[in-house]
Amino acid sequence: METIESIRPLLAVLVTLIGALLIVFTGERHRNLREFWTILVSVLKFVIVISMVPFVLEGRVLEYTIITLTQGVSLQFRVDQFGLFFGVLASALWIATSIYSIGYVRGLNEHAQTRYFFNFALCLSATMGIAFAGNLLTLFIFYEILTVSTYPLVAHKETEDAIMGGRKYLAYTLIAGVVILFAIIFIYTLTGTLDFKPGGFLLGRGQSTTLIFLFALLILGFGVKAALMPMHEWLPTAMVAPTPVSALLHAVAVVKAGVFGCLRIILYVFGPELLHNLDLWLILAYFAAFTVIVSGMYALAQDNLKRRLAFSTINNLAIIVMGAALLTPGAITGSIFHMGSHGFMKITLFFVAGAIYVKTHKENISELDGLGRQMPLTMGAFTIGAMGVAGTPPICGFISKWYLAMGCLEAKQVIFLLVLLISALMDVAYFFPIIYNSFFKIPKEAINPHLDEAPAMMVVPLVITAVISLILGIFPNAFFHFFNLASTAAAKILGGM
Amino acid sequence: MTPQSPVLLVVIPLIFAFLTLPFGWWRKGLCYPITLVALSLSFLASLHTLHTVITTGTIHYWLGNWEPPWGIEYVVDHLNAFVLVIVSFVSLVVAIYSKRSVEQELPEKIVFFYCVFLLQVAGLLGIVVTGDMFNLYVFLEIASLAGYALIAIGEDGAPFASFNYLIFGTIGACFYLLGVGYLYVSTGSLNMADLFQILPDLYQSKVVLVAFAFFMVGVGLKMALFPLHVWLPDAYTYAPSTVSALLAPLMTKVGAYVMIRIMFTVFKPQFCIELIPVTTILGWMAAGAILFGAVMALAQTDLKRMLAYILVSEVGYIALGVGLANRAGLTGAILHILNDSFMMLALFLVVGAIMYRSGKREISQLRYLHRRMPFTMAAFVIAALSVIGIPPTCGFFSKWYLILGAIDASQWAFVAVLLVSSLLNVILFFRVIEHAYLEPDEEHAGGGSELAITIEEAPLSMLVPILIATAGIMVFGVLSGKIISTVIQFAVPKCF
Repeated sequence: METIESIRPLLAVLVTLIGALLIVFTGERHRNLREFWTILVSVLKFVIVISMVPFVLEGRVLEYTIITLTQGVSLQFRVDQFGLFFGVLASALWIATSIYSIGYVRGLNEHAQTRYFFNFALCLSATMGIAFAGNLLTLFIFYEILTVSTYPLVAHKETEDAIMGGRKYLAYTLIAGVVILFAIIFIYTLTGTLDFKPGGFLLGRGQSTTLIFLFALLILGFGVKAALMPMHEWLPTAMVAPTPVSALLHAVAVVKAGVFGCLRIILYVFGPELLHNLDLWLILAYFAAFTVIVSGMYALAQDNLKRRLAFSTINNLAIIVMGAALLTPGAITGSIFHMGSHGFMKITLFFVAGAIYVKTHKENISELDGLGRQMPLTMGAFTIGAMGVAGTPPICGFISKWYLAMGCLEAKQVIFLLVLLISALMDVAYFFPIIYNSFFKIPKEAINPHLDEAPAMMVVPLVITAVISLILGIFPNAFFHFFNLASTAAAKILGGM
Repeated sequence: MTPQSPVLLVVIPLIFAFLTLPFGWWRKGLCYPITLVALSLSFLASLHTLHTVITTGTIHYWLGNWEPPWGIEYVVDHLNAFVLVIVSFVSLVVAIYSKRSVEQELPEKIVFFYCVFLLQVAGLLGIVVTGDMFNLYVFLEIASLAGYALIAIGEDGAPFASFNYLIFGTIGACFYLLGVGYLYVSTGSLNMADLFQILPDLYQSKVVLVAFAFFMVGVGLKMALFPLHVWLPDAYTYAPSTVSALLAPLMTKVGAYVMIRIMFTVFKPQFCIELIPVTTILGWMAAGAILFGAVMALAQTDLKRMLAYILVSEVGYIALGVGLANRAGLTGAILHILNDSFMMLALFLVVGAIMYRSGKREISQLRYLHRRMPFTMAAFVIAALSVIGIPPTCGFFSKWYLILGAIDASQWAFVAVLLVSSLLNVILFFRVIEHAYLEPDEEHAGGGSELAITIEEAPLSMLVPILIATAGIMVFGVLSGKIISTVIQFAVPKCF
């Protein structure tokens, strides 16, 4: 494994930080300039992240050490396949969300827009830091920055609900932060190092009871952001945030950061071998499978569209964790790839929910009858996204579920295959009525039968993400060897076995 | 040749304190520049001292060239060089800030204010620099008397709070002096290094044990360690803004420094760990302080008073680090002396600036503040995050070492206290942030149309110090590894 010194990961983090400052100092008076910064920075960031792909695909690791924080642990970036996969995902979707956000906040004439864009940029900076962190402490630092900078976005509306949602979000995530911090320091006292290593670095350290305890703490800690049940409560409540926030943060950045953390713990800190020795993998897989089923049932019961999407997110995040816990090549590939494919599909669905809200101020599923005639593009995109989440070919959700299903068989655990299939059926059950009602049901009140969509700034991004979901389903490597990043990451982790 | 900087950094503010009187009598406006010059020089001297200590090791300065243990000796090692730089820098920043605040709050007492202010700084620096037990007492009294005076010139409740502080402070000083007397009776020496050599033979002596107990109580009172903190909240709430901003970061930290000095370099660590379980008791008192301070802070509606209780809790962190009595714990404690100085500095300066602009201090009255004073409030948020312990602010790293120390010592109760206190601080500070940043729904119902609220930022001479303190919080966080490897690791007593 060749390591190259490169400043690119640092630049990818810094570019949004500088962008955030530019946004604040430009302020409300020059709105267009402020939005220009957002777009410029998001594109720049994407270019920087993409420029790292060729190196990483060749199996090299880009490393940049900023400063030593404490003996044996530095503030350090190390870009490997898994990290870069997450980085590409988050930075690509940020471009779409930036454009969409502008349409959304202007369409609704939102207040405190500068604060909104500032915190958004800060969140993305933190997400990049999480993706490229080379050790647990660096990861934790950016993880906490992400927590704090998301708070103003959750509480953005400043209504009583929003403030309560913000409080709940902080309570969940900061308690989790404290738990993670304790576990990290404990690991540090055991090993004196915190650097991630494919296949884990804890093998042969400490007693098995201590390790089990630490694993439980870390999974519970990162599981909060990954919304594993029973730590999921904050996510549906946080749906009170503006829709672009729900879309990017609660479908991609924040929750995926939680999942990313879980996967780093499972695959790069403890590692397959240790988890097999301790018999923890099966327990974790059952734990996640429980969430998969129960969240699906919850989703069926929701009428608020965003809440239904939130529970569907919880469902999919648990599938990712379950896949990683199975520790077979197919399952790990599938679960990493599902991080990406779910990102594209779910952001499309949230974008649709936001577009409907901006255009018609409707939030509930029961009010959507016949809307497909008025907003065919939007609802068409919804159809693609929903079918993808359910795992229908040829949309990218199918690829990841295919690999996950193979993984279940490789691990000789048919029960998880059943869980996957049941969850797919539930996806169908809670998404397809929406599609049917909006296109075929005759509306109770008169709906404009002609094309009358939300602003173009919103429709274009959501169509693009839907199309990308479709293309990724047919050519998984179409964009920057997206699939190869996931599969080589899996191969490297298991190479140690 | 011995460098002169250790003595200069005390003597300069002392002399300039007396210069402010004639010059101030002639021209009131001269006091401020005189103070700035004195403290800048003092800060430079402390930097020079630190540099000398890092490059050539401990400095021994014989006052008047009298040979110790007969003469007074100033001994500067890594520990007190570090604290000296903190004290002189923080007081310089507060001095820059003082101009507008003092003009508004104490227009008729400017001359006396700056005179006593300089005496206070000289006292604090003297406590830190000296290597002589009795000389330390003298400086302790200079600092305390100046402190009583500075607090008493505050608002309505101040004279009473100051009187309360005077009683407690004097009791503390008496205990300390008795301790010095007992040690002198049993050893015939007042020099710290000398005592360190002589005392081990006398560790079984009741007199020495009593002297040690007196020291701990005396110093505990001065550093406001729970349950000896009762004077602190009133005193720091009613004092003028500038005075709170000077005393809150420094007085308690200097007290903590004296405690570390006495426990580990006058007595031996093994004395206070094994012979009598002082560190264990200290650890539990500190845990009590952390929780008590945070819980009491929750009950406050006055922002400044809330900060005063948070200070009680922060003192607990330092004492806890000392009480853990291992390398990581002490590293955390010494690092927290630096970090907490800057956090408290930033917070008290922000409260002073808010008072200056709006005269308000109730948490519930802070509405719209983020639009009136965006920079001040941004500084407040960063300082708050640091107190909570969110990385990469400096508060996180002191917590890191303290927790590391607690795990090393297998003190799970202390780990729990440290973690829970983070969460209590979240509630404390986000309550304020919610009030300051979020607005009631109906008032922005008009959508994007912002209420016409003009920016009324604090004047530049107040804003710059606030921003310096905030920058310090961020910078020391990132540089904490560097600070530890160049200074603090040598400041921790060798035997750990």
